[in-house]
Amino acid sequence: MTQEATLPDPLTEVAPPRGRSGGAAWAIWLARRLGLALVTLWLVSIVVFLATAALGDPVRAILGRDYGTNIARREQLEAQLGVGDSIVSRYVDWLGGLVTGDFGTSLANQLPVWGQISSSVTNSIVLVLLAAVVMIPLAFGIAMISSHFRRRRPDTVIQTILLALAGVPEFVTGILLVALLSTTVFKIFPAVTLVAPGGAPWDEPKSMVLPVLTLVIAVTPYVSRIVRATLLEVLDSDYVELARLKGIPEPVVMRKHALLNAIVPGIQVVSLQLAWLAGGVVLVETLFQYPGVGRQLVDSVRNHDVAMVQALSMIIAGVYIVVNLVADVLSILLTPRARTAISS
Amino acid sequence: MTTTTSGTGHEVRKTGGLVIEDLGVSLTGTGVDVVDDIDLVLRPGEVVGLVGESGSGKTTVGTSLLNYSRAGAHISSGKVLLEDRDVLELPWKEVRKLRGEEIAYVPQDPASALNPSIRIGKQLVELHQLRGIGTAQSRMQAARDGLAEVGLPTDDEFLGRYAHQLSGGQVQRVALAMAFLPKPKVLVLDEPTTGLDVTTQKMVLDTMAELCRAHGVSALYVTHDLAVVANIADRVAVMYAGQIAELGPRDAIFANPSHPYTRALLDSIPHLSQARALKGIPGRTPSPGRRPEGCRFNDRCAFAVDRCREEVPALRTIAPEHEVRCHRAGEIGTWDINIGTVPDADPDRPRDVILSVEGLDVFYGRKHVVHDVSFDLAKGEVVALVGESGSGKTTISRSIGGLHKDWTGTLTFEGRQLATSARKRSAEDRRRMQYIFQNPYLSLNPRLTIAQIIRRPMELFGLAKGKDANDRVVDLMGQVALGPQMLHYQASRLSGGERQRVAIARALAAEPDVMICDEITSALDVSVQGSIVELLEGLRIERGISMLFVTHNLALVRSIAARVQILQAGRVVEAGSVVTVMDTPQEDYTRKLLGNSPRID
Repeated sequence: MTQEATLPDPLTEVAPPRGRSGGAAWAIWLARRLGLALVTLWLVSIVVFLATAALGDPVRAILGRDYGTNIARREQLEAQLGVGDSIVSRYVDWLGGLVTGDFGTSLANQLPVWGQISSSVTNSIVLVLLAAVVMIPLAFGIAMISSHFRRRRPDTVIQTILLALAGVPEFVTGILLVALLSTTVFKIFPAVTLVAPGGAPWDEPKSMVLPVLTLVIAVTPYVSRIVRATLLEVLDSDYVELARLKGIPEPVVMRKHALLNAIVPGIQVVSLQLAWLAGGVVLVETLFQYPGVGRQLVDSVRNHDVAMVQALSMIIAGVYIVVNLVADVLSILLTPRARTAISS
Repeated sequence: MTTTTSGTGHEVRKTGGLVIEDLGVSLTGTGVDVVDDIDLVLRPGEVVGLVGESGSGKTTVGTSLLNYSRAGAHISSGKVLLEDRDVLELPWKEVRKLRGEEIAYVPQDPASALNPSIRIGKQLVELHQLRGIGTAQSRMQAARDGLAEVGLPTDDEFLGRYAHQLSGGQVQRVALAMAFLPKPKVLVLDEPTTGLDVTTQKMVLDTMAELCRAHGVSALYVTHDLAVVANIADRVAVMYAGQIAELGPRDAIFANPSHPYTRALLDSIPHLSQARALKGIPGRTPSPGRRPEGCRFNDRCAFAVDRCREEVPALRTIAPEHEVRCHRAGEIGTWDINIGTVPDADPDRPRDVILSVEGLDVFYGRKHVVHDVSFDLAKGEVVALVGESGSGKTTISRSIGGLHKDWTGTLTFEGRQLATSARKRSAEDRRRMQYIFQNPYLSLNPRLTIAQIIRRPMELFGLAKGKDANDRVVDLMGQVALGPQMLHYQASRLSGGERQRVAIARALAAEPDVMICDEITSALDVSVQGSIVELLEGLRIERGISMLFVTHNLALVRSIAARVQILQAGRVVEAGSVVTVMDTPQEDYTRKLLGNSPRID
């Protein structure tokens, strides 16, 4: 032990992590990220408002040929939209409404916007979550199998299939699935979603199968390929080699040593894909007549229903921001180096 | 597995140890041998050093003992006998059980060999947990005992840390503790101290030797540095191009090295007691499939005759236990450790100061890392900055080079004061001071050809262009001993030593007056280090270039530098001419560094 007395330096080189201030550091970090998310959302609101309300005359666009004849309706619309006011005051009014939870009134049917979109927002979120629950384990599983057989035949076959699936547009996948499972070959699942008034699509679970399956097939290839690429890199690392030389069985090496370090890029690509699904799967929703956000957005644009378009755009933007925030938090929690950097 | 209880098997089991017979590893597909004809015995409690340059196949032999080969290669022949079992013939399940429990492996770069996402406590007990050995409590206790044995803290806080929260020495000792935890009979250590400073290296080596003695473990210590082996090994095997070139007891190898390759390796090691004209070994280690006919060393050997090119030499015994694979062993005279010694740099030489540093304080944010450092550098002089990792030597050199700008103090270059960051300095000042980085694998742009890399500074500083620049590139390549055929290679085709030569040529292309060399040989083999030092010494004499040489290797300082600054925790503790400081050290810290340096003289 005299040796220790003369050689203390390498032991004191790294300060031990400080545990006490960890909670406070996390709170500050989270507050900053939430603040940033709000700033982003506010910037989005400006873009959305400018793009929808300030370009051209909405009243003329709504009334079309009636603009010159139906004076009463025109005046009523102008009053409702506040066309006479300046852009800034209209924006402030609108933003004030958003903050207090008032999304405005639909121009098409004069009903409150929120009442009309709440069910489609829920429907879309349920669809995406179901797709995510199926897709995440599937994509990671395929990636693990593929990287286990790296550059041998099973890997080549899997990668070729994934690439082909990634290349097929999602509505083509949908049509093929309908032909295969609903109309031509087998007749197992309904091809369209029929929702009773006041009901939800999942009242008839069978009708959810095809939309979910289509989304899963659309997204799995991307996630799987990214995770496989990261896994291959990790499997070449020194710590995986050491784990093998330590006598750890291969499945444990894959699950505990490799996957844990390959999961973060996977989370990032999953979050991007989910956010994309939440907002943009118009074609799939239309194909299956699924009452979701995408379909409603397209209808609203067609009807020049400015208030609806604004509300839906803000909700989609909000979903993007929340999903990315969750992904960032998860990534940091799963990367010890980043995690300890925050808490010390 | 069948457990025969025949007399010999029983005897070997009682004594432990490991026998390697005629081991060969080949590339999958082509069948080209990576290593072949390896016969080696590890006796119980014995440490055998396996020494060779990069590409000699020493790591391949090391992992073969665990029936493991990297992707693209497979073990093609031979036996690895542990007790009465052939490790290479065991069923897969048995091999896995044997790994870790009976033959353990200590990795080369522990910082990357510990899993970054698993707490070290969990990594330590992982194997036992999977095998269901003991209870959770007894496993934890074993982990704590293991850590205590290697001199690390044993509290929960330490067990709960991740690898990135430990220093380099701590990580390596965790890896040692992990290897020793299942009480293995044989240990394979793959360059476990490369990249560690001398103090930490000494500590790790002492710990390892202590554990081997205490537990009667036989160890195979794989390294490129004969000096390290001189201090710990009982026997030494020197490997070249996939074969054992010389094998013998340590004292025989160092007193009477009989293979020209062993001698060349010894000649490239700097001494602590006297400056030497270091020499590399000409040429490079041939890769598998490109090895010459006859003796594999014949194209780099100073003693080669026709017979060496035609006939493959066999290992033959020249003294008890001392075997050499050379036709001319015994004909080539004796080796003298003092060959190549030169007078130390004259401490009283008149100095013409070109660069001076006064009262340098460096900060990382609010952290004050370098305190009041002052020294100067004369024309055609090499000044060494020496210290353990974390002593601030690289920080100082980065501040002087203008790569780190958060510092205060005065930096005077030929009487003019320089700005803190390189961006604020004039192009002329930037040209005249060039920086060479530690890791040549990271400092060269992988997309550019060697010619483009070397041309770049000429174009940047307007020194030459067009055909003139091309001529200069060829000329510079010649100066750093690289052939013109490499002009259009990308860096990935070059070995570490060749890459570092390109980095030096790139610095020379700017025609500098001062070169800052930041640990430029620490990532390289000792033999390659010898040739790089030879090159730098030539440049200093011919061109009068001054150099700031950052290193943790005091023996190297003796051979290359005239003056030295010994650093500890960001302060200069001792400074002066190399002869004075190393022959009559005044500070305990300097003596400790000298004492910890591995040496063969």
